[in-house]
Amino acid sequence: MSVLTSIINSLPGAVAQGLIWGIMAIGLYITYKILNVSDLTVDGSICTGAAVCVMMIINGYSMPLALLGAFISGMLCGLATGIFHTIMGIPAILAGILTQLALYSVNLKILGKANQVLNASKYDLLVSLRNVKGVPLYENAILITALLVLAIIAVLYWFFGTAYGCSLRATGSNLNMSRAQGINTKMNTVFGLMLANGIVAFSGAILAQYQGYAEVTMGRGAIVTGLAAIIIGGAIFGKISKNFAVQLLATALGGVVYYIVYQIIICIGLDADLLKLLSALVVAVFLAVPYIKSYYYPKYKKKLMKKNIKKEGAANARN
Amino acid sequence: MLEIKNVKKAFNVGTVNEKIALNGLNLTLNDGDFVTVIGGNGAGKSTMLNAIAGVWDIDEGSIIIDGVDVTDMLEFKRAKYLGRVFQDPMMGTAADMEIQENMALAYRRGRARGLGWGITKKEKELYKQELKKLDLGLEDRMTSKVGLLSGGQRQALTLLMSALVKPKLLLLDEHTAALDPKTAAKVLELSDKIISESKLTAMMVTHNMNDAIKHGNRLVMMHEGRIIFDVSGEEKKKLTIDELVEKFTQSSGTEFASDRALLSK
Repeated sequence: MSVLTSIINSLPGAVAQGLIWGIMAIGLYITYKILNVSDLTVDGSICTGAAVCVMMIINGYSMPLALLGAFISGMLCGLATGIFHTIMGIPAILAGILTQLALYSVNLKILGKANQVLNASKYDLLVSLRNVKGVPLYENAILITALLVLAIIAVLYWFFGTAYGCSLRATGSNLNMSRAQGINTKMNTVFGLMLANGIVAFSGAILAQYQGYAEVTMGRGAIVTGLAAIIIGGAIFGKISKNFAVQLLATALGGVVYYIVYQIIICIGLDADLLKLLSALVVAVFLAVPYIKSYYYPKYKKKLMKKNIKKEGAANARN
Repeated sequence: MLEIKNVKKAFNVGTVNEKIALNGLNLTLNDGDFVTVIGGNGAGKSTMLNAIAGVWDIDEGSIIIDGVDVTDMLEFKRAKYLGRVFQDPMMGTAADMEIQENMALAYRRGRARGLGWGITKKEKELYKQELKKLDLGLEDRMTSKVGLLSGGQRQALTLLMSALVKPKLLLLDEHTAALDPKTAAKVLELSDKIISESKLTAMMVTHNMNDAIKHGNRLVMMHEGRIIFDVSGEEKKKLTIDELVEKFTQSSGTEFASDRALLSK
């Protein structure tokens, strides 16, 4: 009984945190699904966003300005990966890893030490984990993050419907065709990486405010969490409609489901240290599904057919 | 319309696999020329088209399209002058996007892509009319993803897209080679129709000698990165495959070695 109450009690927090990671997953969706690039920069840029936001607020800048600063810092992270990838010809995954590693130093320098506390009672923050229940609606962290998610989806829905947004989608779908249609694919790839990391850093800034601190290791494995959100969201809600806005919403909700499961696992008493292992395995299985379908399934079908033919042959021989 | 002057291009320079693909290539196309290009494997046919399109830099020489020197122009920049259809039907369209979105991308070739809508209501009507020309029923599936179409349908769509904004030059790179004979014939017929209706200047690489003779007003034969035979007008109309093979043997000093070309007699 006490397990159930603790699950129910921790649910609002899980939803809020899941929505924040949902924003991060939306950023990742741009690179992973639209640009068709696996961008590992996000492990670093989410922390950069958090660090910039926290330090700006501590140093007296207003919260909205700090959020803008975080977004811009994330765009710069994406720019670095984009330059590595397009101008220097480094494969996208490696380019992301390089930026991520470099960002570890950068983030340490921004924070000044391994972590920085952001006291919610001292500063005027957008969201805080103190405000998930028992506060007026307009202060409720879940409502505020949900509205943020919807606003980001609306902006992206508009953007990817514009002529320029369409050319970004084409770049991710077919590089040859895009160039043949006069699209600057290198520039588009760089901008896509910048936009995605800007959103990821923004989510980092929200996360830092929510949990009340930024630490240099907070982005470790972020890409797996983001992928998990995309995959879970796609599997549960993605079938509702192929509409782009619905797909983005599904991604954000995937983050929520991920964190609810996370909370349940912790409440049941499972070792939380194992969670990264579990999420990596879950993501690995889901990523393998298309390959298994295309490689093993036809073989299995062939085998089955051969068996049937043999059976039929035997039956015919008997007749 | 097109001037190719002394173009050279080698691949894998300095390795055992060094291959001189274009070796002092010269060709001038007049306005409205529809040239078919034939030659054995490795003669440089596709390389010539890729050089014109700017897929990579050439080593020497220059390429001029309608008076503009495009030799050092990046591929996406010279795209505004060119319509292109590839051998691989998957290459000319974006599979993850709708039919109408693909057409909208082609419609904006050579124009700035800003923050206006990527496709407007008025355009959709235009695309519908254009798609009707294909006679494949695609006008009723405009919101379908292109990935759902067959190879022939995708190739027909690519063709339509390549001429949606009139290009200075249309490049067809063995665009029927990957299709079944019936579909190939249909796509070829469509190419003829689009080229004559829009009065396009076009180059078509083919392995099929019959097609090379039947289509276009001019025929060039390539060998070892050069043009060894160039015929047009009445003389071209009277050509036979046997004459072509003989011409090849005469001009190149070797037997015509392409099985694919001979088989397609």
